[in-house]
Amino acid sequence: MAEDLFNSFMNGPDERGRFGDFGGRFVSETLMPLILSLEEEYEKAKTDDSFWAEMNDLWTHYVGRPSPLYYADRLTQHLGGAKVYLKRDELNHTGAHKINNVLGQIILARRMGKKRIIAETGAGQHGVATATVCAKFGLKCVVYMGAHDVERQAPNVFRMRLLGAEVIPVTSGRGTLKDAMNDALRDWVTNVRDTFYCIGTVAGPHPYPAMVRDFQSIIGKEAKEQMMAAEGRLPDTIIAAIGGGSNAMGLFFPFLDDTSVNIIGVEAGGKGVNEKMEHCASLTGGRPGVLHGNRTYLLQDDDGQILEGFSISAGLDYPGIGPEHSWLHEIGRAKYVSITDVEALEAFELCCLQEGIIPALEPSHALAHVMKIAPTLPADHLICMNMCGRGDKDIFTVAKALGFEMGEFA
Amino acid sequence: MTRIDAKFADLKARGKKAFVSYVMAGDPDFDTSLEIVKGLPAAGVDIIELGLPFTDPMADGPTIQLAGQRALDIGMTLDKTLAMAAAFRETDDTTPIVLMGYYNPIYSRGVDKFLVQAKAAGIDGLIIVDLPPEEDDELCIPAQAAGLNFIRLATPTTDDKRLPRVLQNTSGFVYYVSVTGITGAAEADADDVGPEVARIKSRTDLPVIVGFGINTPAKSRAIAGVADGAVVGSAIVAMIGAGKPVSEVLAFVKTLSDGAHSI
Repeated sequence: MAEDLFNSFMNGPDERGRFGDFGGRFVSETLMPLILSLEEEYEKAKTDDSFWAEMNDLWTHYVGRPSPLYYADRLTQHLGGAKVYLKRDELNHTGAHKINNVLGQIILARRMGKKRIIAETGAGQHGVATATVCAKFGLKCVVYMGAHDVERQAPNVFRMRLLGAEVIPVTSGRGTLKDAMNDALRDWVTNVRDTFYCIGTVAGPHPYPAMVRDFQSIIGKEAKEQMMAAEGRLPDTIIAAIGGGSNAMGLFFPFLDDTSVNIIGVEAGGKGVNEKMEHCASLTGGRPGVLHGNRTYLLQDDDGQILEGFSISAGLDYPGIGPEHSWLHEIGRAKYVSITDVEALEAFELCCLQEGIIPALEPSHALAHVMKIAPTLPADHLICMNMCGRGDKDIFTVAKALGFEMGEFA
Repeated sequence: MTRIDAKFADLKARGKKAFVSYVMAGDPDFDTSLEIVKGLPAAGVDIIELGLPFTDPMADGPTIQLAGQRALDIGMTLDKTLAMAAAFRETDDTTPIVLMGYYNPIYSRGVDKFLVQAKAAGIDGLIIVDLPPEEDDELCIPAQAAGLNFIRLATPTTDDKRLPRVLQNTSGFVYYVSVTGITGAAEADADDVGPEVARIKSRTDLPVIVGFGINTPAKSRAIAGVADGAVVGSAIVAMIGAGKPVSEVLAFVKTLSDGAHSI
């Protein structure tokens, strides 16, 4: 009886792929049969022990999971308030959380007999992870990347090429993640029969938002167990950065029904969330719309045209957000805030100096919010922040932003 | 009976196939675009597909993407697109206009408000690429209730199991997409298309029109030979994009319609 009355936050999506009013399957007819067959295959795999056995084996021996939950001692002292833990997903093979999901999708693609994998990438972390796993399994890999991102994330472009992937610079639109996703969808609709589209975030048509969340939930599951082991209780606040929102959804999901846990998502505020829209804060500065297969909060003008976001972080530079986040925002289970480029850069530098960890610009946004709230909280307040990626890829961008001359690296 | 139904009844009575053309509203500018649209019926166009510009046209190739971009750059909006249809209606009350595009600009306006405005502007049908049957309650069913046809795409991946669902709430005609892919990319092959059209016609009494990959009078004729009509979009839009004069664009359209009507 009690169980029947318990209204879980973890039951979504419904059979139409909706989280409340968000999500769905807004794709062209050509793709619809594929999406249905993907859903069917995923439903089978989800309850198949051999699927998870393969995942766990690779997570352990190839990715290096579990990632540590690290007590950031000096940062905590420096901020002078809440106790700050970092979930170290930047230590994963390929340097970010992205590979958690890629492994799941590639194993699924192999089960479906698909030989060609396509992906979109912003910062390049998802592209690198996809290229990596494709190399491991001997699959053809094509990565769509906005021309602007190709330029600002050159090291990752070279990594993908080393791993045997074909990187296609996308020049339509402003040449960022949104445009890369459009071109990946165009490729998919053209090569439906042999191609698997490996989406890097918790967005897109159903079942992607749920599937990517499930693969990324390993982050939150581990964090929960590790926090119990370290402190004997759940964290009080969990925080993660959000572009599309996959690392955040992965951390948040296992905690959704633990209502004592505050959940905070941090969007990219760019130059500031204002009427000029020079930011990527879909929830704080956008409204619901339909793009890339799902209904969710989007940056758009009054006429429903999609706006280009702006952020120093290529990985957050996306005008939408996963539909489950839109739902969590509307029902109030999670709180969403924004952090500007300048604040993220300050956090980046602080993390380097205080903890000897060079964070990616994406989690630097989450850290900047930790810097804001930790000093206001008591010493027994436990914060768990997802350090979802390492900053090696960002050193050129950061050097430029800080006015530092790198000179020639030849 | 909508203008689309009346048009097909008329074509059937005359033993003719339909020629359908697509242009982007507001490309290269409002006045030129309206001049082209007004000239289409005399160039042999039976049904006009009017593109509603969108920033992220995921099913379109570069030709139509760029046309949408040009239209948006000169300030084209949903209101102006509807105004263009209304201006066309002032002098032509029989040629059907099908608004073709993506869902977000309509969703952003609000479906009920949009349907009233579209109907008032003289729009007869809608082709909204990113609304499959799974999302019928969003726009398809309200549109039919408002007296607009909702024209569904059927594709080479729509198998027999799925076809009834695709046909269920379709009206006006069925738009068969000749290739798996985006607009203006691969070439349609009448030998492949013929059996597919027959497969769809065995399940519906609606006319089946074929589009994607038709770019010459010969292709227009060949496809019209195996279907109830042919659609040409990118080839016309490319000429507009190249800055050709209206008379030249319409002369090209005439050769395409002659192709389809020669069957």
